[in-house]
Amino acid sequence: MPSSVRMTVNGKAVSGTVEPRTLLVQFLREHLGLTGTHVGCDTSQCGACVVHVDGVSVKSCTMLAVQAEGAKVTTIEGLANGGLHPMQAAFHEHHGLQCGFCTPGMIMSAIDLVKHNSDPSEQEIREWLEGNICRCTGYHNIVKSIKAGAAAMRGATK
Amino acid sequence: MSETGIGAAVRRKEDFRFLTGQGTYTDDINRPGQLHAVILRSPHAHAAIRGIDTAAAAAAAGVVAVFTAKDMAADGVGGLPCGWQIHSKDGSPMIEPPHPALATDRVRHVGDPVAVVIAETKAQAREAAELIAVDYQPLPAVASAAEAQKPGAPQLFDAAPGNLCFDWHLGDKAQADAAFARAAHVAKLDIVNNRLIPNAMEPRAAIGEYDKATGEYTLYTTSQNPHVIRLLMGAFVLHIPEHKLRVVAPDVGGGFGSKIYHYAEEAIVTWAAGKVRRPVKWTADRSESFMSDAHGRDHATHAELALDKDGKFLGLKVSTIANMGGYLSTFAPAIPTYLYATLLAGTYTTPVIYCEVKAIFTNTVPVDAYRGAGRPEATYILERLVDTAAREMRIDPAELRRRNFIPKDAYPYQTPVALQYDSGDYFTTLDKALAAADYAGFARRRDEAARRGKLRGIGLATYIEACGIAPSAVAGSLGARAGLYEAAEIRVHPTGSVTVFTGSHSHGQGHETTFAQLVADRLGIPIENVEVSHGDTDKIPFGMGTYGSRSLAVGGSAIVKALDKVVAKGRKIAAHLLEAAEADIQFKDGKYVVEGTDRAKSFGEVALTAYVPHNYPIEELEPGLDESAFYDPKNFTFPSGAHVAEVEIDRDTGIVELVNFTACDDFGRIINPLIVEGQVHGGLVQGIGQALLENCVYDPEGQLLTGSYMDYCMPRASDVPSFAVSTNTTLCTHNPLGVKGCGEAGAIGAPAAVMNAVLDALSPLGIRHLDMPASPERVWRAIQQHSLAQAAE
Ligand code: FES
Ligand code: FES
Repeated sequence: MPSSVRMTVNGKAVSGTVEPRTLLVQFLREHLGLTGTHVGCDTSQCGACVVHVDGVSVKSCTMLAVQAEGAKVTTIEGLANGGLHPMQAAFHEHHGLQCGFCTPGMIMSAIDLVKHNSDPSEQEIREWLEGNICRCTGYHNIVKSIKAGAAAMRGATK
Repeated sequence: MSETGIGAAVRRKEDFRFLTGQGTYTDDINRPGQLHAVILRSPHAHAAIRGIDTAAAAAAAGVVAVFTAKDMAADGVGGLPCGWQIHSKDGSPMIEPPHPALATDRVRHVGDPVAVVIAETKAQAREAAELIAVDYQPLPAVASAAEAQKPGAPQLFDAAPGNLCFDWHLGDKAQADAAFARAAHVAKLDIVNNRLIPNAMEPRAAIGEYDKATGEYTLYTTSQNPHVIRLLMGAFVLHIPEHKLRVVAPDVGGGFGSKIYHYAEEAIVTWAAGKVRRPVKWTADRSESFMSDAHGRDHATHAELALDKDGKFLGLKVSTIANMGGYLSTFAPAIPTYLYATLLAGTYTTPVIYCEVKAIFTNTVPVDAYRGAGRPEATYILERLVDTAAREMRIDPAELRRRNFIPKDAYPYQTPVALQYDSGDYFTTLDKALAAADYAGFARRRDEAARRGKLRGIGLATYIEACGIAPSAVAGSLGARAGLYEAAEIRVHPTGSVTVFTGSHSHGQGHETTFAQLVADRLGIPIENVEVSHGDTDKIPFGMGTYGSRSLAVGGSAIVKALDKVVAKGRKIAAHLLEAAEADIQFKDGKYVVEGTDRAKSFGEVALTAYVPHNYPIEELEPGLDESAFYDPKNFTFPSGAHVAEVEIDRDTGIVELVNFTACDDFGRIINPLIVEGQVHGGLVQGIGQALLENCVYDPEGQLLTGSYMDYCMPRASDVPSFAVSTNTTLCTHNPLGVKGCGEAGAIGAPAAVMNAVLDALSPLGIRHLDMPASPERVWRAIQQHSLAQAAE
């Protein structure tokens, strides 16, 4: 039975008709054309699909679209208006991405980390990234980027 | 050095689209009227197919078509070709069994494609696939190559008795035996190089499209080398002439080798798009990737190193069984042969080397190149043997290596295994790595760890790679069925900006930046005025793609060659404009200058003149400023390095913690150090993953036990430390940039360095050998066994 779903995505009210089994990530990618959120696995392990739902990082492959009814969803496309969010800028500056496939999920996770912990240590960053796999960077520059991104976000909120 | 020139850590031009979610990966592309394909795959490792009933699936909601091997055969579709032919010791060619895109009468590994359902939505295709009834007769299966070569083992192909694909060798056995007869000491190892699953984070995907009006096909695919796919699929599988076939590899989310090969799904969607006259898209689920992406490594080896009483290496003998899987993947035969045995000299002067390799078919996913491809396997054996010898002969491992390094003044150095190294300096590289790792201070750290109850170990590995594959004639004589040059086109636009079309493909390597640096540096124009285009066979010249750390050494050299032509033609135009002799004109900092004067024309003015040829030597010179070049390398390049790992092991849990990792590498000239370091970091974690975490496991019946991220242990951020990396540069002598390549180094040096460190930590317990991965369970068991044995003594 298709059902209708409404939510706010990147500040815009959106609605659609989905099957009950449609995942949030499918709704974002296939219905809304927001292909910045990626799918890297089918066991909820890789974190390529991380978005924010009501301000909290969520694996959008692990949530049904209908569960996001009425929620405010932010994807990588909605982080900054035309420019770069400080965390995106930090990934650029510190070469925290190579193929770019894990990157949206990494950045969405990292921003949520900084919301919880404005000055994370290297160890805290590495542990927070438990649910995000990157095959390209060896994590070294991702950790560096997140440290710098956190510092920039602290500066930005002061 | 300018801020964006050669050697500058330019931030990447391609980043913005990836950072903002605007990359275009294959699965992000949707074509008008597109249908979705789901592939039905074999659940059996080995079975005969007695029949396939597709009626129920074909009648299911949304289904447009269901195809099996019969339909493809009826259209004359060919099997997937192999691009490299090896000859056995006796001169006979390797056994090359057919590899149909969809299985005909037998399946040979779990995941072997059997049928394809094409439907309006993916969900409908998936549901219909479950309605296909395949009448399988299960057959006995074998997953291990060592088992598969034994008498009485299940046989995969009638044409390959004993499951033998080839029995190959390199070197002189009699000479090696003579060297061993003189040895004061022989170090021996039986060693396994564990099977790995590449796991690029973007799963493979493909979209086939057919244009009724023109008869042209387009394939969008997750490929490292679109022209290779066009050639193989067009000429051998689907028989589509090349001018009617376009292959686009858009943004690709990592490859590591696994996206080099021509896969069945590419042919299936392209052919099916022609049948149903609508675009057909297939995207792998990760579970499908595990059972259909070509795997890596999987060697079982016996190796022996002969030394004289002072520790000089006298000879090396290596005997390897290489698992090929159920079919031959595109470049599979080259990996355990010419990319493996030729590397066994490593950084050393070992005078005689003999290597024999049996390649064996098994009921597993085909094995092919994975980051490093043959070179990590060779390095692992050699460096583990050297450490074993050092321990047995009580010589410091660094000192034993130094005694055997190729001397600094010995280049060009001819090894006994066919390669000629052009340059290197292994002494300085090792010294730098040891200094950075505080090798001298290790004993103190070990004692301190012991006070905390931990076993601490340090391990080294030095390595040599052969990159920049390869001089076409040499590769051809060794069995390659392709040329291995690279192509580039420089298109200078009328207002002086430039588009570079390259046959190399970037799937994370940052070519759009590195190549733009080359061009900006040479032409003296702002890097913003350079665009790099790759991945679309309708745009780029015929190129061989990206693998084997070849993009800069071969693709970059092609760009340099084309730039030389642009500059030379520009000089003629400038000479005309400046009314000077061509020989008097110098090109420097973006200007053509009449030597010894201040009369000059900028590159932009010359470009404009080339396209608006009003005042132009039109009789002698064509208008325009486009040049292309093919570069065929003169030799391989030989990056090298020294890696140092330091670990701590918890006796009670067997957990190995990698506490430090130091790498010093020689990559030749470096264009962008930021990108190079990133490549090293990524390679290191793949190498560390192999040593400590990753392992592809089949049960004896050929069921894949590690088919998801729950079972296959991918390295995560908390599994690895930050790294100390540096470089020690000697230039490549035979390419115009002096570059060597950096993409695979980490994956080559790290496994041996880490395992040598693990075994150093465990050596007080009398543990001499462990196979990778050194998982907590394996380490714990080894500790238990040896503690018991010691207690019993
Ligand atoms: S797609 Fe892998 S965790 Fe969501
Ligand atoms: S950048 Fe490629 S997976 Fe992380």
